[in-house]
Amino acid sequence: MTSSFSTIQRRTFLKQAGMAGSALIIGVYTGSCTPEEPEGQIRAFRPGIDDLPEGVSLGPFVTIDPEKGVTLMAHRPDMGQGTFLSVPLIIAEELGIHPNQVNIKKAPGDAKYGSQGVGGSASIRSMWEPMRKVGATARALLIGAAAQKWNIPAEECYVKAGSVWKRGSDEKLTFGELAALAATLPVPENPPLKDASEFEFIGKNIPNPSNPAKITGTADFAMDVHRPGMVYASVERAPFGGSIKRIDDREARAVPGVEAIVPVKRPVDKHTFEGVAVVASNYWAALKGRKALQIEWNEPEVKYDSETILALCHSKATGEAGSSVITAGNTAQAFAAADKTLDLVYEAPFAAHAAMEPQNVVVEIGDDTCEIWIGNQFPQGLRKEAADFLEMDPEKVQVHVAFMGGGFGRKSQTDVAMEALAIAKNVNKPVKLIWTREDDIQQSSLRPPTVNRLKGGIDAAGKLISLEHVVSGPSLAYGLWGMHNPERVPGFLVEPMGEHLYEVPNFRAGYNLVDVDPVPIIWWRSVYASTNTFGHECFIDELAELAGKDPFDFRMQMMANNPRYTALMEKLREVSGWDNPLPEGKARGVAVAKSFESTAGHVVEVTRDATGKIVVEKVYSVVDCGLAIQPNNIKAQVEGSIVMGLGAAIKPAITLKDGKVVESNFHNYPVLRIHETPVMEIHIMENDEHPTGIGEPALPPLAPALANALYVLTGERQRKLPVDLS
Amino acid sequence: MSVIQLSVNGERFSVEAEADTPVLWVLRDILHLTGTRFGCGQGLCGACTVHLDGMPVRSCSLPVGSVGNKKITTIEGISAESLHPVQEAWIAEQVPQCGYCQSGQIMSAVALLRDNPNPDDEAIDAAMQGNICRCGTYQRIRQAIKSAAENR
Ligand code: FES
Ligand code: FES
Repeated sequence: MTSSFSTIQRRTFLKQAGMAGSALIIGVYTGSCTPEEPEGQIRAFRPGIDDLPEGVSLGPFVTIDPEKGVTLMAHRPDMGQGTFLSVPLIIAEELGIHPNQVNIKKAPGDAKYGSQGVGGSASIRSMWEPMRKVGATARALLIGAAAQKWNIPAEECYVKAGSVWKRGSDEKLTFGELAALAATLPVPENPPLKDASEFEFIGKNIPNPSNPAKITGTADFAMDVHRPGMVYASVERAPFGGSIKRIDDREARAVPGVEAIVPVKRPVDKHTFEGVAVVASNYWAALKGRKALQIEWNEPEVKYDSETILALCHSKATGEAGSSVITAGNTAQAFAAADKTLDLVYEAPFAAHAAMEPQNVVVEIGDDTCEIWIGNQFPQGLRKEAADFLEMDPEKVQVHVAFMGGGFGRKSQTDVAMEALAIAKNVNKPVKLIWTREDDIQQSSLRPPTVNRLKGGIDAAGKLISLEHVVSGPSLAYGLWGMHNPERVPGFLVEPMGEHLYEVPNFRAGYNLVDVDPVPIIWWRSVYASTNTFGHECFIDELAELAGKDPFDFRMQMMANNPRYTALMEKLREVSGWDNPLPEGKARGVAVAKSFESTAGHVVEVTRDATGKIVVEKVYSVVDCGLAIQPNNIKAQVEGSIVMGLGAAIKPAITLKDGKVVESNFHNYPVLRIHETPVMEIHIMENDEHPTGIGEPALPPLAPALANALYVLTGERQRKLPVDLS
Repeated sequence: MSVIQLSVNGERFSVEAEADTPVLWVLRDILHLTGTRFGCGQGLCGACTVHLDGMPVRSCSLPVGSVGNKKITTIEGISAESLHPVQEAWIAEQVPQCGYCQSGQIMSAVALLRDNPNPDDEAIDAAMQGNICRCGTYQRIRQAIKSAAENR
């Protein structure tokens, strides 16, 4: 019997949840059974994530079948940022077929798709041209095939709605009719791309084809995968840097359903952490077995408190000038010449990702094959790492990419899958590993904290002539790869200063390393931009006050030479009604930042409720991410960034005590809920510039816009996150 | 292990499980009704929301042995023939991002609208604040509930 603790007798039912082309059959399997699966038992409805297109392939992304139509591969994993639609949509646009008339499949991790990593708000930015070319190439091949069949020049053919048409007539051949011939034609090198005026789907709100599955519970997350003979695992883990001293598993083994106790190592970037897996016939038994384990750990040598780490950041911030990462002019000279100067320090804490879907994976190791079902941001890296671990040809390792129930950077790592592989190798069965929420918060890598020291000098006219921003905190280059060279500090550590919006003649961005090993750290939605922008944009407001200028005026005079930035600020000023006074008891603040090549500005409005508690009432946002491919999705990402940024700004932070994360679940690591969500009014700048990403850029300016509003309301500057609104 | 009789989405099941097993894991792992999601396991996030005799409950914190004759309805059970009006509103407002929380959100919203056909913001806040959406789809959820109320 496969799934362990169950025998089910019930009437057969079959239910179609087939909508928008995502036909999934839910029901009891009554056909032939594997020896392990007696007739009548419910079994896997979706034995895996369906990632094989059917038909004639015109390159890795486009497959055409006379009956099943066009299939496009979504090769950039979707964690909620919308790549499942937004990337294939670019292909569909050039191909000449409505994105809702194609099947979109989530591509497995495979080098043939080129880079598949999702992070840094890069998918649209980097895929815009390549995906247009993919679509245009397929279109040219299909047109070539039609021209050949009709024996007319290609110029007399055009595509529309999934067919090639003969100009000036209503004769057409469907893509399905043409695919076989098209696949035999030489691939054109530089197929013509559509002119922007011809776009049919780009810039429109195309319904997301994954939504029907997401609202009926049928979207395939890795946790939903079931394999014959599968067992469930839960892992009790050592504190970061600790190791197993002694395991007493007698009681755990006595728990009904528990099958094995397996010590496991989990590689987390440059670290290797230890744990003890309880493997059982069902997940509940695995959890109970885990509770019954008695483990003694060898304590780690270094056991940090977060307070200690932050104190280290502060002492670097105030004591050391740091490595210069970006320099222009001479800040020291300019400070000496300045009329007024300001020197302040801002702090942002550790944060957890806390995606709604806790870490999980299903793995199955065969004699000479391995299959992994996972929601992961870098499936190709995982494929390689798994192949190395199993000493297998990477071609034999299949990484099926599920939808991610949120990723935010945490799911860029491979540790969860590697932990499951270590278990599966030991027990010789397919394994479903599910981290509890407590595991997810306490054992995951964290967003690094930063302390930002800012110095500014203004001249007699109130103009900012000198600015220094030095970031002190843990480095992801060091934390992930052990790399640190003070002479060559990577620009991402001082993000978003590399994309500074303001023209300041003398400018310096610097960095001081704070080593937090063995605490694991990782990218977190906008990463350093999220913590550094807080200091930067709060400081700009403080400078504006020192200069006696309006926060908008002060910022805008420093971007006068950049029409795009100026247009965005003018729009934000207008839609937020910045120049109209607010009623008594209300206040507003502004902040803006460019990160990952997109610009976002927010005006946050706050007020006090009857109990004296401060409420964030409304957020006005304007974003510029170039040509808007999916306006509705852009707005969704801005909403999400506001909600996540606000949560990080006003909810308790992650803290460490004796080397362990203190917070464990949503009671002590609360995230924003519906009643705390402000009304959001979002505007997208319209232009034809190269499209850029929007998964992250709207997050960084939220916290400083809030802090700047709080200052107006309360008269107190907020220089430390999180802020307390009560 | 005991054999426990359960009514789920109008069907009778008999399942073999420890009585303290949360309904969530019985649904997901035995009945393979995987639309009900695991988010926190402690009744804090709402991802696992199902209806028990029509009342929204957190299935992660409901031992299967305590269900008795009460009827369980899951996300799979609210739209047997066609989409529920709440689901239609979710499509119209393009609510989901990652989608992981949405089964639970919809189950809470369906229960809210049944008891209160025209909820104001306060009623929506009260009924929906147990459901976390880390992607931040709250504004659309609010809008979708209102449009579902209007379209009834
Ligand atoms: S999983 Fe049940 S409330 Fe979170
Ligand atoms: S849509 Fe992702 S958690 Fe709600």
